[in-house]
Amino acid sequence: MADPLATVETKAPPAPARQGSGRWLVLIVPYLWLLIFFAAPFLIVFKISLSTAAMAIPPYTPVFDLAQGFVGLVRGIQEFAVDNYLWLVSDDLYIRAYLSSLWIAAISTFLTLLVAYPLAYGMARAPKGWQPTLVMLVILPFWTSFLIRVYSWIGILKKEGLLNQLLLYVGAIDQPLTILNTNWAVYIGIVYSYLPFMVLPLYAALERLDDTLLEAASDLGSPPSRAFWQITFPLSLPGVIAGCFLVFIPVTGEFVIPDLLGGTGTLMIGKTLWTEFFNNRDWPLASAVAVILLFLLIIPIVLFQNMEQKRAERER
Amino acid sequence: MAGKAVGPVRRSFAPWTDPASKPFIEFRKVTKRFGDFVAVDDLSLIIYEREFFALLGPSGCGKTTLMRMVAGFEGPTEGQVLLDGQDLAGVPPYRRPTNMMFQSYALFPHMTVEANIGFGLKQDRMAKGEIDARVEEMLSLVKLTPFAKRKPHQLSGGQRQRVALARSLAKWPKVLLLDEPLGALDKKLREETQFELTDLQQKLGLTFVIVTHDQEEAMTVADRIAVMNQGRIVQIATPSEIYEQPNSRYVADFIGDINVLEGRIASTGNGVVRLECIGTGATVEVDQDLTAAPGDTAWFAIRPEKISISLDRPQNGTINAVEGEVWDIGYLGDVSVYHVRLPTGATMKATVTNRSRLVERPITWEDKVWLTWTRDGGVILTK
Repeated sequence: MADPLATVETKAPPAPARQGSGRWLVLIVPYLWLLIFFAAPFLIVFKISLSTAAMAIPPYTPVFDLAQGFVGLVRGIQEFAVDNYLWLVSDDLYIRAYLSSLWIAAISTFLTLLVAYPLAYGMARAPKGWQPTLVMLVILPFWTSFLIRVYSWIGILKKEGLLNQLLLYVGAIDQPLTILNTNWAVYIGIVYSYLPFMVLPLYAALERLDDTLLEAASDLGSPPSRAFWQITFPLSLPGVIAGCFLVFIPVTGEFVIPDLLGGTGTLMIGKTLWTEFFNNRDWPLASAVAVILLFLLIIPIVLFQNMEQKRAERER
Repeated sequence: MAGKAVGPVRRSFAPWTDPASKPFIEFRKVTKRFGDFVAVDDLSLIIYEREFFALLGPSGCGKTTLMRMVAGFEGPTEGQVLLDGQDLAGVPPYRRPTNMMFQSYALFPHMTVEANIGFGLKQDRMAKGEIDARVEEMLSLVKLTPFAKRKPHQLSGGQRQRVALARSLAKWPKVLLLDEPLGALDKKLREETQFELTDLQQKLGLTFVIVTHDQEEAMTVADRIAVMNQGRIVQIATPSEIYEQPNSRYVADFIGDINVLEGRIASTGNGVVRLECIGTGATVEVDQDLTAAPGDTAWFAIRPEKISISLDRPQNGTINAVEGEVWDIGYLGDVSVYHVRLPTGATMKATVTNRSRLVERPITWEDKVWLTWTRDGGVILTK
């Protein structure tokens, strides 16, 4: 930067150019970030997915070696094959794992919404002075390791666990329930872990709701129970949609929760990917699984981005 | 908003003068407290059917609370609110035959204009065809037919206000409550709408209650005005009575522009009050029946347009005449306001209608002038 005083004195001419370059710099930083930390790793994964598994280090061929120069690069590319993708499509294990992941993600997103909505509603209706504390309580679990929190659910859900003991004690059941290592445990784990991602956007939407709209609805003859579905819920829809995407997208690829809480019957693509990668050491196939997962999730991500952008524009 | 010119409607509508009139909305010794704050203080008030009633006062005087008690959003801490003889206690807003036009309009942002207007009718489970017909009727009443399919955020402020009005009128409520309805509009649109409101009210024959802090608005639309202060009603009267015969300095000061000068009662009786006015430094005579003892403190109040200003000395023996010096002139286009400083140090304002197109006015700064007024021009106030 030149002497800032100079800009003040020689008013207009040099200003646009300098402003332009500054803007360009600001724009390039996030793109650079994306290039280094997203595009480049993705290209590497994509490349591996086109390779063939091998008993070697790294466990696939071809491996590019800069020392072989351009010829080596071309020869490597000639070895690329889409066999892994064909395999994924032909073996219904993978298709079932994908569908099952989407299904589990959909159900647990819905369950999370059911739990989060009353919570967010209560927060938004709480006295203004309490609200920051309530928001903090919602994000408080983030201060403990995710892994430890999921592990502790094992202690709660297992046969001799806290939940069964409680239910036996109050007499709700006379035989301990098998919850751990079922899909139910996975749902419980997901709802618990992802609750803040649902509560926060819902709270943001509900908190902005103008109370006079509810008064107007009441004034026009709508009792509170009806006004909720006519006014509150439709106006909180942006929060509902945002929260659902924020839960659905990461849950589809979730690995830790189904691995720790789910049973052999819990089929999720994150677990399949892990098995391919670490048990079978088939990096190319695992990479192909990851690439397809990404493309599956790109659709909801793009939808989500579109919606957020539209909302931002409307609010401007 | 209303159809073509319905012409001036001369109203001989004054149920408040007839002791046989049945109260429509009645507040009986109503008190409303919010914690320690007393919003409405032991207030009784009767509003009659088909009346256009204005609650006027500064913010925090309790006027909005009063209206919200009719709508059902607040309940009285003590006392009763009755509508058509029925105690409203325990009746929730959605069961009251009242509708409100909100200050913020409170239009449902996710619904079209049509859906907003039809909302109340839908709650009553009216048949679809009837709803459509009524919505169409309301749309044409507020001249918004081409905008039926728009969302509120696609409308201008004035259009939104019309949607809000149409929505609150759609159910033909027994009482329409208007909470500062025109506050957000610019002056010209506001004046237009005020006249449209009175037209509409007369055409529909509904009872309107308007809350406003704008005295001009209250004067334009209302049959009667209640001037409020600190949770109490200071005066209830017709606009002209409020303006010409305020009962206190508070009302006189709140409505329009007025000169208020302190003095002591010299004599009363025979319809004439004589006041030793400290402000003017002379005795003021006013045609008025007043019960007060000589020596009591009282105030002489007179509106600026009721004072004549002249360069010529009035005839000897003219009462209600004081000399002063032009201190400041406010040129407002239609009128000029002269601020005249009296030898006592007090200032009086007098307005002169600008009848000619002179740029230079005959009376100018620092001129010695005489202010005169008739005996029925001002009023003596004892509180």
